[in-house]
Amino acid sequence: MSEQSGVIAPLRSTMKQNLALKLQLDRKDFRLQVDLSLPATGVTVLFGPSGSGKTTVLRCVAGLERGRGRVLIGDEAWQDSDRGAWLPTWARDLGYVFQEASLFEHMDVQANLRFGLQRTKTASGQQALDAAVEMLGIGHLLKRKPQSLSGGERQRVAIARALATQPRILLLDEPLASLDVVRRQELLPWLERMHLALQIPVLYVTHSMEELTRLADHVVLMEGGQVRIEGPVSQVLSDPQFAAAVGGEAGTVLTGIIKSHDDAFHLTCVDLHGSEIWVRKRDARIGTVVRLHIHANDVSLATSEPRDTSIQNILRGVVDVIDDDSHPASCLVRIRHVDQCLIARVTRKAVASLKLEAQVSVWVQIKSVALSER
Amino acid sequence: MHDWPIGPEAWQAIGLTLQLAAMTTLTLLVIATPLAWWLSQTQSRWRAPIAALVTLPLVLPPTVLGFYILVLLGPQGWVGMLTEWLGIGLLSFSFGGLLTGSIIASLPFAVQPIQYAFEAIGKRPLEVAATLRARPLDAFFNVALPLARPGLLTATVLSFAHTVGEFGVVLMIGGNIPGQTRVVSTQIFGYVEAMEYTAAHWLAGAMVVFSFGVLISLSFLKKRSDRVMP
Repeated sequence: MSEQSGVIAPLRSTMKQNLALKLQLDRKDFRLQVDLSLPATGVTVLFGPSGSGKTTVLRCVAGLERGRGRVLIGDEAWQDSDRGAWLPTWARDLGYVFQEASLFEHMDVQANLRFGLQRTKTASGQQALDAAVEMLGIGHLLKRKPQSLSGGERQRVAIARALATQPRILLLDEPLASLDVVRRQELLPWLERMHLALQIPVLYVTHSMEELTRLADHVVLMEGGQVRIEGPVSQVLSDPQFAAAVGGEAGTVLTGIIKSHDDAFHLTCVDLHGSEIWVRKRDARIGTVVRLHIHANDVSLATSEPRDTSIQNILRGVVDVIDDDSHPASCLVRIRHVDQCLIARVTRKAVASLKLEAQVSVWVQIKSVALSER
Repeated sequence: MHDWPIGPEAWQAIGLTLQLAAMTTLTLLVIATPLAWWLSQTQSRWRAPIAALVTLPLVLPPTVLGFYILVLLGPQGWVGMLTEWLGIGLLSFSFGGLLTGSIIASLPFAVQPIQYAFEAIGKRPLEVAATLRARPLDAFFNVALPLARPGLLTATVLSFAHTVGEFGVVLMIGGNIPGQTRVVSTQIFGYVEAMEYTAAHWLAGAMVVFSFGVLISLSFLKKRSDRVMP
């Protein structure tokens, strides 16, 4: 799918569109206080429990909410309270997809898609719309009314409608939250595809670990209106503090390349800088770059080479850090494997009996691996 | 016309009534839509008193309402002084006065359905429109107004029907001048006073049929727009 890169390309890619935010907003029993500088490309996931202020940040960027501070995109100020600068939402070059389906019910899909396009005066608008329609696979829905679409189809139309305006940034507020599990699994691959094709920064709000591991390049963990941890996805996920904060869903993402397929056992082999990981067979071409998501609970450690085990995936690694978990019975161990990191959740007792500490080399046994295309 | 149980004076009243109702309804849509929009969006402290004022004609006895309008339009009233100063003359006991009274008396019937429709739409569609580059006025005409269509339809039908059925206010400010201010309701009153029960029966019956028809068509309209807009 990487040939798709750049279909939505005529997007002023020469300009650096990084987003700088410094915001403060006071509400009854809630204070938002963030100071962020986000990368110019890729998906930044705003992650955290409900009420942590993720959506409020997004609404401030869009100008739907007004706090004090600065919102800068590239060299343009959308808000700068010190200089009294403020652009209303309609004057900001952004695409916004709301949590629930927000199509205009009195228009068909085509009219919905053209709504924003007609109000942006760019020559390549129609091309951008065609590309978005193609990318999100909604060409067959154009004559339909929103009421006759499924939740997933509605969100795809809403995303295409936002992209047709050729925004400088795309803001997605829990686009999957209003969908049931089946629809969610249906829409996720479309979002992954969009992730590969888009060349503008995307801010994605979610509290779902699955969406984070499949889509994020950069992660911002929010808590109580403040940024707690921030950084590239692999770094944040392998941060024991982050792992403790997300509990049972803790895990890491490793990047690898599909090396071979084993038809007899229905497995696919992924190369991780020399070592191999076997996963359930996936229809992906050899050479495709993939993400492996490994839950901390599925990782166990051994100080001697395990033999006669049912576990197929065993890597060599070195203990990096051992940190407290949210429960005193367990610890979170970060292991370095070549240039990537894994997190294992093991009991404190195991740490003691195996004499685990920093720099000890270990065998890392991985029980199961989820794979997504990257 | 010889065989009709009602005379030419009744036809004249019917014509005048329809004209009055149509003009009232049109004027009300123009006034009530922005007013309803404001009431549905504002957080101003004036919202409650203004909303109460708009609803007042619904609860006041028509005679009270008519009395104050009469005073207001008369030579000592603000409006009366204004119209005289403008060279229009006094509106009381004229079609213009009747129109003014009907607009005030039917105001809540127009404002409330539109206001509820705007409130039911919520903020979200307008936020969506803003993120798609629509300026506030653009969003109002192309998103809020079309989505509020069921409310606008209800307001149209109710204002029209209510104006046709108004009696007290009309009697207070319009007098009962044939060809000028005599509408169906006052015509019926006239028939009864003159003991012309047959004619009164016909005209009153027509009003019942008309009002019933209006309410039925309203529920059909509602059902249709419910299907279009969940």
